[in-house]
Amino acid sequence: MTTATISTTVSKRPRHVARSLLRRPASAAAIGFVALLVFLAIAGPLVSPHDPETQDLGNRFAGLSSTHLLGTDEFGRDVASRIIQATRIAIVAPLIAVGVGLLIGLPLGLWAGLRRGAVDAIAGRLADTILSLPALVGALAIVAVLGPGLVNAMLAVGIIFSPGLFRVVRGATLSVAEETFVDSAEAIGSSTRRTLWVHILPNIAAPLLVQVTILMGVALLAEASLSFIGLGVQPPDASWGSMLKSAYNNQFESPFSVVPSGIAMVLTVLAFNTIGDSIRDAVGLRRRT
Amino acid sequence: MTTGQGQPVGEPLLAVEGLTIDLPGRQPGLVQDVTFEVRKGRAVALIGESGCGKTLTSMAVLGLLPPAVRVSAGAIRFDGVDLLRCSARQLRQIRGGPVGMVFQEPMSSLNPTMTVGDQIAEVRRLHLKERRSVALRQARELLTRVGIPNADRRLRSYPHELSGGMQQRVMIAAAIACEPKLLIADEPTTALDVTIQAEILELLRDLRDSLELAVLLVTHDLGVVADFCDDVVVMYAGHIAERTSVDELFYRPRHPYSSALLASVPQSGRARTKLNVIAGRVPSAGQFPGGCRFEPRCEHSVESVCRLPQADTAVDDGHRTRCGRVASGDLILEGAVRG
Repeated sequence: MTTATISTTVSKRPRHVARSLLRRPASAAAIGFVALLVFLAIAGPLVSPHDPETQDLGNRFAGLSSTHLLGTDEFGRDVASRIIQATRIAIVAPLIAVGVGLLIGLPLGLWAGLRRGAVDAIAGRLADTILSLPALVGALAIVAVLGPGLVNAMLAVGIIFSPGLFRVVRGATLSVAEETFVDSAEAIGSSTRRTLWVHILPNIAAPLLVQVTILMGVALLAEASLSFIGLGVQPPDASWGSMLKSAYNNQFESPFSVVPSGIAMVLTVLAFNTIGDSIRDAVGLRRRT
Repeated sequence: MTTGQGQPVGEPLLAVEGLTIDLPGRQPGLVQDVTFEVRKGRAVALIGESGCGKTLTSMAVLGLLPPAVRVSAGAIRFDGVDLLRCSARQLRQIRGGPVGMVFQEPMSSLNPTMTVGDQIAEVRRLHLKERRSVALRQARELLTRVGIPNADRRLRSYPHELSGGMQQRVMIAAAIACEPKLLIADEPTTALDVTIQAEILELLRDLRDSLELAVLLVTHDLGVVADFCDDVVVMYAGHIAERTSVDELFYRPRHPYSSALLASVPQSGRARTKLNVIAGRVPSAGQFPGGCRFEPRCEHSVESVCRLPQADTAVDDGHRTRCGRVASGDLILEGAVRG
């Protein structure tokens, strides 16, 4: 099979990895889909057919039509426009969560992996503690302290992510730190910070990237879950999770309205996971059989 | 004439005194009471079996011991500065600057995600604060100097595109990038083919002459020692067994361990002879015998003398041994080369 030959001949250099990602139909489609989301997130107001917040109470729960491609919701707002408006949150929310997770997990994981010692011991026990909580319950507790809202919810998810990222980074760093080039970097007078960022980080980029793309999908679901129970995005902003919630509330009047936001969410999470898996295959972290 | 910071001639470039390295709480005396010196332009070999502490000793010079391993006693003076009292920042200035280091495995000593040019240039950027473009030009010169053809193209190569010998040349180029006074080479030829070994030694010899480089060579290859070095430090189980010049070691070894090592080198021209081996193995740290550490494996051991701790004793001018029987004249050993 062609994919098998590609994955065995590919070198680990970034350019080759990118090329092999675009050559596979699944990952190319996933990257295309995420690119479309990013485009909609940036240019949403320019391409959306209606204003996503204009209410038309005489036209509630309208079906699919040429004016309202995906119908209207319980306030008569255009669903297609709201889906487009919500892509911004679908992109930004996972970025905040994963960003916060990286901000905490990456430096600690790098340091703990290279230097061990007290940082490793303390951060490791802390990670165990956070991981022992059910993720959503932990997030709920943090949101309860910080107050509801998208940014707070994503901060909470980021904190929940940080132990997993810490462990991935620490594990990868531990194995890279065994290599002599880390000693040789120190032997030419490289500082710890420089050794970590310049010499170790590029060498753990592959597993890190896999973890980050998969967490993007998880974060989107977490955002949707928190918005579904009203702790995430607050009205009148639209998120796929809050749209799903209102569709759920009105499922007997308008059974179709759970479909658009549900499908948008499924496709997005699928795209993130596909990209993650493809990177993993392309860099040979897991051999295809 | 003075060397470096105004010391009189004859002051060694590197002086290691009474160095003791421990793994606190678990294994005291991984390296114990190690004393030797490296003078300007001289090559000193640190030899011994695996696990005898030679690599630890060389890493201690640059403060690059593994986590949890500590120097508990002694001094390491380089160019008049006690490296054990240096701050982390001072040490970083010495590493890669006046002291260069080359490791055993060229393949894993180079960062696979950086081009060869950037890795050599990095040394100059760190120490001389050169801009990248300037440093890369210097890296090109260095590549040519260590005998790599097509330096322009090789600058942009990644390590995996080079052969082992080429990679070791790149490592050497990086180690000498700031014109060091001392080069520490930890088994620089062990991982290479025999023909390449000779080329790398030749390169090191050239650099030694042209840069007046002092070399501390960690090895277990007596051929390399005979070929390249002036002085020898023979280590056994964390102790120095014998310390002398190369000629003395080969003609008149003064420690049973050295003479056993010499006897275990296979001889060419004698077909179907049995290889001489030293029976037993190096005791691991923490299980060292109380007396002479080589005593359990020594064919010359005498209970009354060898069960007691042995002192490092001068036997001739510049020849020291840690064997009480040799020191008292009780035991006379045979050299590998009969002169």
